[in-house]
Amino acid sequence: MKRGHRRIETQLAVIGTGIAGFAASIFALKRGLDVAQFGHSGAMAYTTGYLDLLGVHGQRIRQDPWAALDELRRDEPQHPMSKLSNPTIRTAFDGFTDALCDMGIGYTKAGEQNLSGLLPNGVAKPTLSVPKTMLPGIAAREAGARTLVLDFDGLQGFSAKAFEVNFAERWPALKSARLTFPDMENRQVFPEVLARSLENRATQEALAGLIRPLLNGAEYVGVPAILGMHAPDEIRARMEHAIGATLFEIPTIPPAVPGIRLRECFERAFPDMGVKLEPQLKVSNVEFGRSGATLFLHGPMEDLEIEASAVLLATGRFLSGGLKSDQHRLSEPLLDLPILQPDGRQEWFRHEYLDPRGHPINRLGIEVDSAFRPVMPDGDPVNERLFAAGAILAHQDWVRQRSGAGLAIATAYAATEAAAAMLA
Amino acid sequence: MPARTYEADVLIIGGGATGSGVMRDLALRGITCLLIDRKDLNAGASGGNHGLLHSGGRYATADAETAAECRREGDILKWLAPECIDDCGGLFVAVEGDDEEFAGAFPEHCRVAGIPCEPLTAAEAREREPDLPEAIMAAYAVPDATIDPFRIVLENVGHAQRLNDSAYLPHTEIEEFEISDGEIRKAVCRDRRSGERVEIRARQFVNASGAWAEKVARLAGCRDVSLLYSKGTLLISNTRVTNGVVNRLRLPDDGDILVPGGTVSLLGTSSVTVEDPDGIAPTIPEVDRILAEGAAMLPVLNETRFVRAFSGVRPLLKAAGSETDGRKANRGFALFDHEDQGLVNFATVAGGKFTTFRLMAEKMGDLIARRLGSAEPCRTAREPLPSGEALRWTEPGAAARDWFRRADPADMILCECEMVARSAVDTIIADAPGAEDHMSLKAIALRSRIGKGACQGAFCSMRVTSYLYDRGVYDSPDGLRLMRDFVKERYKGVRPVLWGAQMPQAELAEILHCGLAGMDLATDADGGDAK
Repeated sequence: MKRGHRRIETQLAVIGTGIAGFAASIFALKRGLDVAQFGHSGAMAYTTGYLDLLGVHGQRIRQDPWAALDELRRDEPQHPMSKLSNPTIRTAFDGFTDALCDMGIGYTKAGEQNLSGLLPNGVAKPTLSVPKTMLPGIAAREAGARTLVLDFDGLQGFSAKAFEVNFAERWPALKSARLTFPDMENRQVFPEVLARSLENRATQEALAGLIRPLLNGAEYVGVPAILGMHAPDEIRARMEHAIGATLFEIPTIPPAVPGIRLRECFERAFPDMGVKLEPQLKVSNVEFGRSGATLFLHGPMEDLEIEASAVLLATGRFLSGGLKSDQHRLSEPLLDLPILQPDGRQEWFRHEYLDPRGHPINRLGIEVDSAFRPVMPDGDPVNERLFAAGAILAHQDWVRQRSGAGLAIATAYAATEAAAAMLA
Repeated sequence: MPARTYEADVLIIGGGATGSGVMRDLALRGITCLLIDRKDLNAGASGGNHGLLHSGGRYATADAETAAECRREGDILKWLAPECIDDCGGLFVAVEGDDEEFAGAFPEHCRVAGIPCEPLTAAEAREREPDLPEAIMAAYAVPDATIDPFRIVLENVGHAQRLNDSAYLPHTEIEEFEISDGEIRKAVCRDRRSGERVEIRARQFVNASGAWAEKVARLAGCRDVSLLYSKGTLLISNTRVTNGVVNRLRLPDDGDILVPGGTVSLLGTSSVTVEDPDGIAPTIPEVDRILAEGAAMLPVLNETRFVRAFSGVRPLLKAAGSETDGRKANRGFALFDHEDQGLVNFATVAGGKFTTFRLMAEKMGDLIARRLGSAEPCRTAREPLPSGEALRWTEPGAAARDWFRRADPADMILCECEMVARSAVDTIIADAPGAEDHMSLKAIALRSRIGKGACQGAFCSMRVTSYLYDRGVYDSPDGLRLMRDFVKERYKGVRPVLWGAQMPQAELAEILHCGLAGMDLATDADGGDAK
């Protein structure tokens, strides 16, 4: 069969299909830009589903992320979020969570304070916005409410017992139990499979029927994040009604449902919204001309050429292929953008894994100017039409700072605004 | 807190190959032993080596006696513990630029030491090992093999425990000996996890503590043991690189041996004299040098993915001329009866090679048996090592084969890289040496391949920890602390090989360990502090 060849024209080409890439497409649409998005990465399945803004600063857990951002601007002026004001970051964050709610995945609106999101081991983390399916668990823990947490035969890495034992001291009314998921006896089960089977009403009823007799006065019931893939809030409401207790989800180890939900939600909604999305194709080359850039992609059946007036790079770090390294140096493989870095890998990682200062390598990445354009070592933009956002940016440590979503969303917003201004 | 007390015919200090070998040797003579280690089995050089069962070829040039000893002992172990050994054969290869005179004399040195040595043409050598370079100056085949150092030590201890009331106590560190009238009356120890005082009475005390033998001898007032500490660093690849052992045919240097180990390969070994056997870790310059040297012999190593590095300390006997260079030191061993130090029930065995551990144990066994008035001869040169359900999980690839054969859909895989299933963990918790004690993730990992694959514990640390909570092995936040300790320790070996394909793994590990498990905030009030 002859290979197909397709040419697409767009104003903004977004490269990357993580939170930053999806957020950029959402913001570009809102700006009225014609947008196309490409990437090939399963890294979304690694998120808990929580949207952090800034949970840790100065090696301390912070309750007020907005005050922590003020300190960040003072202490880390090079941090990508330090280039933006709190109102701008809030506009971006709200814009993103509103869009998620519109697409059918309920998220809480960013408040003044961080929430204590529950984690599978029976510990908590500071985060700003959580899926509505996870919110009641936070309230249950704060109230010390009578709660039953469940796990399932054959589900790896999620132990209701561990959750109970580790919260026990400050949450004595928490109990745990194990169930066999309906029609999934004697086998390994994966959160994604359980979530898809819970799309079926009969399975919802069967599971609710198994949970009800175990309640023993519990007001809340916690389950691993498996409450459906496409309409978790509806499934939660329906099962809650059937069980007679407030139901909530707890994140699991990856591949985890909350991230897959987001990815599928974008993939479902974007084409109708007007984004030309190719979520399984990796951009293999980009050439910049005088009036724009040409992106080359090679699919299994066809070659694509994208003519874009502006390019937004949101390819993430090593896990998603946005950065690479050999034995001695880091590089950015798509455009060979400059990375300021020490000589040799001696300085990449600290000697202690959990050193509270974090590993220096996590702060290496792409340098950008105030318009989020990657710059050459002399400070000049690499290209007027090239912008970058998300974890690939230098001078941040999103894992340790508990700022992954905030960084992705805020910088995607700023980079999109700058791209829109350039295109105007 | 009252002390825990134990009594045995013999207390053996040091849970490595030699100590466990002495334990089995004496148990076969009907003598009851208590084996202690301040950490766990193979915590020193016995676990920090490349698993080479020497043909003797490596020592043929400089030390014919050790070479011949290696050959004899290698043959005995191949016969008695075939399940622990991969009789893969080995090559000695000289490449362009290597010393021709050294290479030319090799067959004669092997002949003198009684080591079979078959000359190969370059084409024949490449037929055996296709990744060898074109420019081979000389190549010889020798009967090198590999041994699983963990499995054979587990088998030593497991066998001794089944023979009589001999027992093993991990995490028990000797603090002092109570001595009167030229005899040690008891050993005063400390349980390093609980802090409990442990008192052990015995008729004879054996010091088989490897690189710590000089320190332990001094605790008993003996100043006759004098060791040189030689740190050796090795790299572990993600897959097996060669079919058999490949040695560089030259004076020993860094990066001149590649040893397969089941589904992986080990590249080494550096030799650096250190002041103290404690607190050693592989460094980035060591790793880079070993890799550069190794790639001269096998260029494919430049493209090989390494998942971990580790270091061990060779306890070498000090001899004239060896003060500064561990490679020149004698690889033989020595038995100290300490009688000239005024003690009649204490003995130390030090130096030697992993390959010769059985012989070292035999000599010690003969001395102790004689002192105890036993006429039973040594039986370890004829009695095969029995394996066991709980002892066979340390071999790379074994757990995967077992899992496929069982085809039990309910037997979930806990460690995906190495395919270690729940059933393997269950048998280890039930029956492996040390299981009477409280099992932890780290103890299970030592007795299996958990945490040793490409992800280096990113996922399996969390899966196994969940499983141990489910089973009730963990019942407090201490389980999370033990998980943190495990990944912190794995990291020390991971750090020097972090580049290329391991970078995404490292990033993912941090997302899981910090983002999802909150390990970096664990001492914070909200982070699930585990004391």
